Amino acid sequence: MLPAPRPAPETARYSGCVAVNLRRGLDPVRLRADFPIFEQRFHGKPLVYLDSASSAQKPRQVLDAMTRFYETSYANVHRGVYELGERATEALEGAREKVRAFVNAPKAREIIFVRNATEALNLVAYSFGLDNLGPGDLVLATELEHHSNFVPWQAIARRTGADFAMIPLDGGGELALDELERFEGRSVKVVAAGLVSNALGTVNDVSRLAGWAHARGAILVVDAAQAAPHRAIDVQTLGADFIAVSGHKMCGPSGIGFLWGTSELLHSMSPFLYGGHMIRHVGDRETTWGELPAKFEAGTAPMAEAVGLGAAIDYLSEVGLEAIEAHEQALVVHALEQLGDIPGVTVYGPPAESRAAIVSFNVATRSGGEIHPHDVAQMLDLDAIAIRAGHHCCQPLMRKLGVLATNRASFYLYNEHADVDRLADSVRRAQETFA
Amino acid sequence: MSEFDEFYREFILDHYKNPHNYGLLAEPDAQAEGQNPLCGDEVTVSLRFAADGETIEEIGFEGRGCAISQAATSMLTDIVKGKTVAEVAVLPKEELLGEIGIPLTPVRVKCAILGLGVVKVALNRSKGTALPEEWQGLDIA
Repeated sequence: MLPAPRPAPETARYSGCVAVNLRRGLDPVRLRADFPIFEQRFHGKPLVYLDSASSAQKPRQVLDAMTRFYETSYANVHRGVYELGERATEALEGAREKVRAFVNAPKAREIIFVRNATEALNLVAYSFGLDNLGPGDLVLATELEHHSNFVPWQAIARRTGADFAMIPLDGGGELALDELERFEGRSVKVVAAGLVSNALGTVNDVSRLAGWAHARGAILVVDAAQAAPHRAIDVQTLGADFIAVSGHKMCGPSGIGFLWGTSELLHSMSPFLYGGHMIRHVGDRETTWGELPAKFEAGTAPMAEAVGLGAAIDYLSEVGLEAIEAHEQALVVHALEQLGDIPGVTVYGPPAESRAAIVSFNVATRSGGEIHPHDVAQMLDLDAIAIRAGHHCCQPLMRKLGVLATNRASFYLYNEHADVDRLADSVRRAQETFA
Repeated sequence: MSEFDEFYREFILDHYKNPHNYGLLAEPDAQAEGQNPLCGDEVTVSLRFAADGETIEEIGFEGRGCAISQAATSMLTDIVKGKTVAEVAVLPKEELLGEIGIPLTPVRVKCAILGLGVVKVALNRSKGTALPEEWQGLDIA
């Protein structure tokens, strides 16, 4: 293992350009200078932010783009005949095109702006599920799933009389895809799976699931909220019929996310929300729906948020998704080593090569007394280290692991090896306090 | 004293490691359980009343969760024992938080008052005492 890179002088300042190490890879300390949040101190110490899987911090480039939009181009979109309205529309549709390119979607109209991945998944569950599910049908979601790609399907299955079952995990924290056999002969209509698990970081074999689902005429609905910020996604090779992404986890603002779906499926589906902008013609008794994406975008769009998401995509693209993935892989290897070295620490999930930059763990004292994740996280906070403690919206998974909750450290482009070292030091101190 | 030790003061850790009145009562007059959905903390409380039907004679709890939730419930059992149903039904959370004595963020306050809420639910069910809105979310059984 190479020694951790030395931090650059703290004088690195935002210059309007993205700080990328020209040799190759990225320089997290220089990138961090783009993020105003890191200028603060917490409990007198610089912030170690290890909760990007929950929500990522925002670079100035994103904040500036949103301010600039409000200051120079703001009006409602798709309505104004006046120039300002045109500018706003261009900004929104420009952001849509950036999203299209980001996931290599065939058509920009297949990108539906929504509030977040949760809304995207509810859109599919309601619109596709209510029209296509019924008694005798089966909906499958993985045991790893975040509640957002689990609960909507469970609820819609119940409403339509369809059955709902889980694709189980194996002992190593990966999907037991061989267990799919047990669903042979069933009328499987929907398979819901995350690309990257928010709780364990497991990278799921979505392509294999896609082949299995499509061979049975089922659709594959992929929660890509934990994948899109960290690795390149190509929907034309992924095999999914839908992917759901949240902007706020990828350095964009909160309140914006997107759904990508094949235009065939989106065309065939009923709208999710009704109202302005999504119509073709409103009669006294009946209404017809507008074209994609308007059909699924009722009401005034989150315009500045879309602009911010576009700026976030520019930012991530300039740094490079490959560089981000490689950097995070190095961090996760370092974290698994550092935490794995501490007696009393249990790390959950697969080995580094099949996981993204998420590490879930529990801490016991040297004498074996478990320390609740809330207590660990509280003590880490006193060291200005922000981690998530809880069930991570994955209660089925927590039951499988036999725990109430775990600690979760998640990494992003602004984290460095020294952050991992501070985490490990602080965990040791927590053990001493509780000893 | 480090910041760590200041937060997790000795008496909190003592209550956590050696909780008072731990274990459910065999034949309780009132019992309830509650969860903190945020972190999955669980507390079950059982109570037995004295012959007057008003005084809480025995209380026992079981639970799983963070040090704050479990230590606070342990402290609560000491506070509650010997008090009347009516007194406990209106016991303000501030009294328990004062006992804990460390500054808690709103998230951790929820951990600290979980046991108190469960006691109030148990009294509401068995004695019909008022259950103000702030505690009703716990009444899930």
